[in-house]
Amino acid sequence: MEAVLALAIGVLAASGVWLLLRPRTFQVIIGLTLISYAVNLFIFCIGGLRTGADPVLRSGADITQYADPLPQALVLTAIVISFATTALFLVVLLASRGLTGNDHVDGKDGTP
Amino acid sequence: MNTHLLALPIVLPLLVAALQLLLGERRRRLVAALSVASCAVLVLLATALLMGASGASAGDGLTAVYRIGDWPARFGIVLVADRLSALMLLLTAVLALALLPCALGRWQQPGGPVQPMFQFLLMGLNGTFLTGDLFNLFVFFEVLLAATYGLALHRPGARRVSAGLHYIAVNLLASMLFLVGVSLIFGVTGTLNMAALAQLIPTVPDNTRALLHAGAAILGVAFLVKAAMWPLGFWLPRTYAAATSPVAAMFAIMTKVGVYVLLRLSLLLFGSDAGPASAHFGDTWLLWGGMATVVVGVVGMLGARDLGKLAGYNVLISSGTLLGAIGLQHPAVTAGALAYLVISTLAIAAFFLLAGMLAPDDETEVTPLLEPYDPVGEALYADEDENRATLPAPVALLGMCFLVCALVLAGLPPLSGFLAKFALLAPMLEIGAGRGAIALFTLVVVAGFCTVVAMCRTGIQIFWADEDWAFPAIRLGEAVSVLLLLGSCLALSIWADAPLRYLAATAEQLNAPAHYIRAVFP
Repeated sequence: MEAVLALAIGVLAASGVWLLLRPRTFQVIIGLTLISYAVNLFIFCIGGLRTGADPVLRSGADITQYADPLPQALVLTAIVISFATTALFLVVLLASRGLTGNDHVDGKDGTP
Repeated sequence: MNTHLLALPIVLPLLVAALQLLLGERRRRLVAALSVASCAVLVLLATALLMGASGASAGDGLTAVYRIGDWPARFGIVLVADRLSALMLLLTAVLALALLPCALGRWQQPGGPVQPMFQFLLMGLNGTFLTGDLFNLFVFFEVLLAATYGLALHRPGARRVSAGLHYIAVNLLASMLFLVGVSLIFGVTGTLNMAALAQLIPTVPDNTRALLHAGAAILGVAFLVKAAMWPLGFWLPRTYAAATSPVAAMFAIMTKVGVYVLLRLSLLLFGSDAGPASAHFGDTWLLWGGMATVVVGVVGMLGARDLGKLAGYNVLISSGTLLGAIGLQHPAVTAGALAYLVISTLAIAAFFLLAGMLAPDDETEVTPLLEPYDPVGEALYADEDENRATLPAPVALLGMCFLVCALVLAGLPPLSGFLAKFALLAPMLEIGAGRGAIALFTLVVVAGFCTVVAMCRTGIQIFWADEDWAFPAIRLGEAVSVLLLLGSCLALSIWADAPLRYLAATAEQLNAPAHYIRAVFP
């Protein structure tokens, strides 16, 4: 399971970085979104991977058999914040598209 | 001191912003009055916290801690106000209050909820300075960044939107790095409370210490993007030059936020108490990276052809100097660096306002470029006799302000810029910390000289050489703001003794993290 998760995070982050370096604003925002998925997965798994473990304590149970609830709380916050900032970025992209007439990140096409 | 005071610098701007949003754009007078009241109360609050935090010596338990919901520190969230936090709070509040006269004049026209965003920015800044754990640092950072996105794009034009686009993309990526760093640190230590981290770092087993260092380094990169260290600060001059002048002036403190966090974390987590493997982690990077930033700032400043960019490169120089000084990790140097931080923030903010007054670009896309310098041309020397008209008062005022600003930024006597630079540079020679200190010393002196050159050239071109220059109409609010900022610089040069003593005690306290830990875990 660790290998699959690590590969998933790696592929997401790599695709995100590649897209981020592209010249079109749409590619940039998709790249940022992919990177934020990778980061969210990373935070999620930082407490250790365990199948079917309970995050809420019950009396009398073995504490080593629990999933760490704190990364799950952290990732929830991170998801909300990255979602909001991505939405804000999208608005700026649209404004830039409307003001410059193209979707290049510098506001002008390299091709003359 | 009542510890509930600690929550107010965060809660008050939040409530005021919410109220302003509800009032909407129609009741502009009331919204403006609320802004002024909020900033004034923030100044008072910060002063109260500063009074509470300043004591006779560094060791006494004057660090105020507020446990939210009264949960004990490792389980709940804490707000901590020590001397450094109180200082930064006061600086933010004074800057905000001084900028308001200018900002209110500029923001009278409808153009989005700019006043609430300003309050949200204050909330984010105050939260960043007060928070005692890394994840809330992230949350407050996002609050203040979201507010700056909105403010940077106030009154959008193609140039502003394009600069804002880069700014947002860079900062979103930096936030991702922030999260990766925070989660790595959490994975190794199991806590994000700064005081608990400071306790745990010396005991981290050696096989995971590399992971901890990787996390700290990634976290550091996220702050260095904010502090605009070379090569991570390329976005700064363009964004700052594109923003409207009150916004750019408020942004003068944004790089200082990155510097603040680096100072806090490097001394708290990786100070001398952090064990042999982790002590002074990343110092060398800060030192040499800061110097590279100063070099880039100087080159950019000498090449800059409009005032906004000139101010932007001044920001780079100031932040590079501070990073280098933090990298030296010596209490006396840190005290000087704090003095320099305060003075340069105020002076750069005033300079951004002056730039806005001298080259107003309301709604226009083109920045008025300065003419290329032409010493043999006629512009400078001809017509000596014809231009003997009496100097209009606004121009005299602008000229004086520009002169004061230049003196403070370049660190020439007799003003506070000199005092701050002296406080920063003098200990560097005394500690004998080898090549790094000498190199930084030389570089800061050279940067000061180059600032003189660049400011002189710009001043000559604006005030003397340009014959067709239409004297800009000055709004009263703008003049009041600039005078307030420069007045506080002047006041700090006259009554410099108490502030400098406070800063020395601050540096001492920062270098003794045991005090901070004891305050959080009594």
